Amino acid sequence: MEFAFTEEQQMIRDTAAAFLAEVSDSEAVRRAMATEQGYEDGVWQRVCQEMVWQAMHIPEAYGGMGLGYVELVAVLEQMGASLLCAPFFSTVCLGVNALLVAGSDEQRARYLPAIAEGSLTATLAYTGVSRRWDADAIAVSCEPRGDGYVLNGTLRYVLDGHTAGLVAVAARAPGTSGEAGVSLFLLSGDSPGLTRRWLPTMDQTRRQAELVLEGVVVGADGLMGEAGAGWPALRRIIGLATVALAAEQAGGAQRVLDLAVAYGKERYQFNRPIAGFQAIKHKAADMMLRAEVARSGVYYAACIADEALGGGRLADELPEAASVAKAWCSDAYFRNAGDSLQIFGGVGFTWEYDVHLYLKRAKASEHLLGSGAWHREQVAAMLLDQ
Amino acid sequence: MRLQFSAEDEAFRQEVAGWLRDNLVGEFEQLKYRGGPGDEHMYPEQRKRWERKLAQGGWTCVGWPRAHGGRGCSIEQQVIFFEEYARAGAPGRVGHIGEGLTGPTLIAFGSESQRARYLPGIVAGTEFWCQGYSEPGAGSDLANVKTKARFDEQRGVWVLNGQKVWTSLAHEADYCFVIARTDPDSVAHQGLGFFLVKMDQPGIEVRPIQQITGTSEFNEVFFDDAQCDADDIVGQPGDGWKVAMGLLGFERGVSTLGQQMAFQNELDQIVALARANGAARDPAIRQRIAQAHIGLKIMRYNAMRMLSGSADGSLQREALIYKLYWASWHRDLGELAMDVLGPECDILEGAPYQLSRLQSMYLFVRSDTIYGGTNQIQRNIIAERGLGMPKEPKVAIR
Repeated sequence: MEFAFTEEQQMIRDTAAAFLAEVSDSEAVRRAMATEQGYEDGVWQRVCQEMVWQAMHIPEAYGGMGLGYVELVAVLEQMGASLLCAPFFSTVCLGVNALLVAGSDEQRARYLPAIAEGSLTATLAYTGVSRRWDADAIAVSCEPRGDGYVLNGTLRYVLDGHTAGLVAVAARAPGTSGEAGVSLFLLSGDSPGLTRRWLPTMDQTRRQAELVLEGVVVGADGLMGEAGAGWPALRRIIGLATVALAAEQAGGAQRVLDLAVAYGKERYQFNRPIAGFQAIKHKAADMMLRAEVARSGVYYAACIADEALGGGRLADELPEAASVAKAWCSDAYFRNAGDSLQIFGGVGFTWEYDVHLYLKRAKASEHLLGSGAWHREQVAAMLLDQ
Repeated sequence: MRLQFSAEDEAFRQEVAGWLRDNLVGEFEQLKYRGGPGDEHMYPEQRKRWERKLAQGGWTCVGWPRAHGGRGCSIEQQVIFFEEYARAGAPGRVGHIGEGLTGPTLIAFGSESQRARYLPGIVAGTEFWCQGYSEPGAGSDLANVKTKARFDEQRGVWVLNGQKVWTSLAHEADYCFVIARTDPDSVAHQGLGFFLVKMDQPGIEVRPIQQITGTSEFNEVFFDDAQCDADDIVGQPGDGWKVAMGLLGFERGVSTLGQQMAFQNELDQIVALARANGAARDPAIRQRIAQAHIGLKIMRYNAMRMLSGSADGSLQREALIYKLYWASWHRDLGELAMDVLGPECDILEGAPYQLSRLQSMYLFVRSDTIYGGTNQIQRNIIAERGLGMPKEPKVAIR
């Protein structure tokens, strides 16, 4: 057992921190926030060409780097800390994972090299307007027609859905519910019948879109896996994405602490830095506890994610490990962001200081792929109902 | 990062589990799941015999170096030992203070003669220790100890006067390590000594403290011209604080993973209860049971990080928060246990004050957030050492 970053993994983390300090500082984030696309092409291309992070866990056979999930979460933590505005999470944590888990050899060979070279972005869309993140969230219908399928319905909360070149879509056979009848498809972003609308969001550091499918035709080569039997694969994809999101959250939870402590050491009231008051110190200590154990949960889940991608002995632990990490990290990030704002005091309430960006990102991330309460209920069901 | 233990370590796990299975029988069968925190007053003589049994199997002091009589186990093997020990329900260790605190302290700071005199009895499971730190006026402010140690030149012995408190197992112990003031004019961290004191002598009186549970495992210990030999001071007069602080470092050892197994046993009992009495259908209880489960999983992962160390040698932040984390988690678990019981939580197993295991746990966990550094002291330490936040301004000594 060696449950710590290797030297290589530490180097990847440190390189990421240094690079992101340069390309994703406050000014860069605010420039990206002002765009409808949600990111700057220049920054994304630097990520793709200089860091090659989009290729990190794509196998070498498809032009990737062939690294694992531990390396991925090391970088995601830093992205979360710096609020990187880029189609990274959607492309890599949703799109690539969908292809790796559910794609055929041919589908992987067609899309993964393009993603690895930075010329294609991707995302996953599976939920309609609901508070659910399980199979019951799937509302789009698919019906066979000729060799292919016709898809109808509305998808919401689709990350970077208005810009992604490739969209993996979950749909269900008419009359089915729950885990039955679910199929996964690959659509081009410009498919006829697909209307994509950018949804303005309170958290401006990550874009969400609504996708309306009206008679979208998908050929047989767009079906991922077996028709009607897609839920187990989709569940695994969602689990992998959930671990990745938790890693971002852990990074954010740490950064809002760091910002608050730095501010508290500079801010003088009553002739003392406010960081010297126990009321502030104890709040900060609780924040550090939340951030620190958040990392522990994420690193374990990342090891399990590697097992799930590689078919390892512990692969079946993914749903639990993902829920453990997401439940903890969702609450930790939001509470830390709130506490950070409180330590900043009045200036934390301004648009000028960055704390509000984290508060908003924390709440949005908390509800993506299931809130803490949602994941606790998943865990409760595993413990109490089986 | 890798999660699996090596084949060699897994074989070691089988060896430990097998030994416990073969030996935790007969007169020791009744000790299963007994003698832990909140239950330390139970079966003292049988548990001392169990210590000797462990020693015969070579299962005391597994983490000590072989040169000092230990088993020389790797960190992984120590983790495995404590996990299997807890999994088997083996009893709370009467020898844990000697094994976990006295021994490592003497190995680090003691003289050759002190090691030769005291370590073998700990390894053999025949000599037991207690800890004389806290005093009525020295709780969170540990450096404020008033117990005095004076060297009697004529008789060539140290003479101790004062009072210690919260001394667990004092009535079962053969020896006590004591911090006491060697320089009567000193204050705070200066002028302290660290002494090794025999309990069975006229100058020492032990009085049990009746606790919130109605039982007594903590004690007050009174020193009235108690004595120890000239060479029963660890280090020099004035080194006491350094030795005591070094010892606090040993307190968060690998046994924490065994402690987590005991927590898991408690949580399992709560889950079974909730399923049986219908609490498992209450959405609020479901959230809290899940939160307890998640909290315990994360506690384990955090401990795994802590034990794996940091390859870059940086401050182990995950170790700094550990006491605050587990103590708070355990306190919440106690409350959850009562809320799963519902109104039944108030009904005892018998008169005059016979608590069930969960009731006893619920009450005892209130001490977890107080002893070994309160949650508030932990937060000060985290803020100052972990985050570099300023210390409180010094106030003139009254």
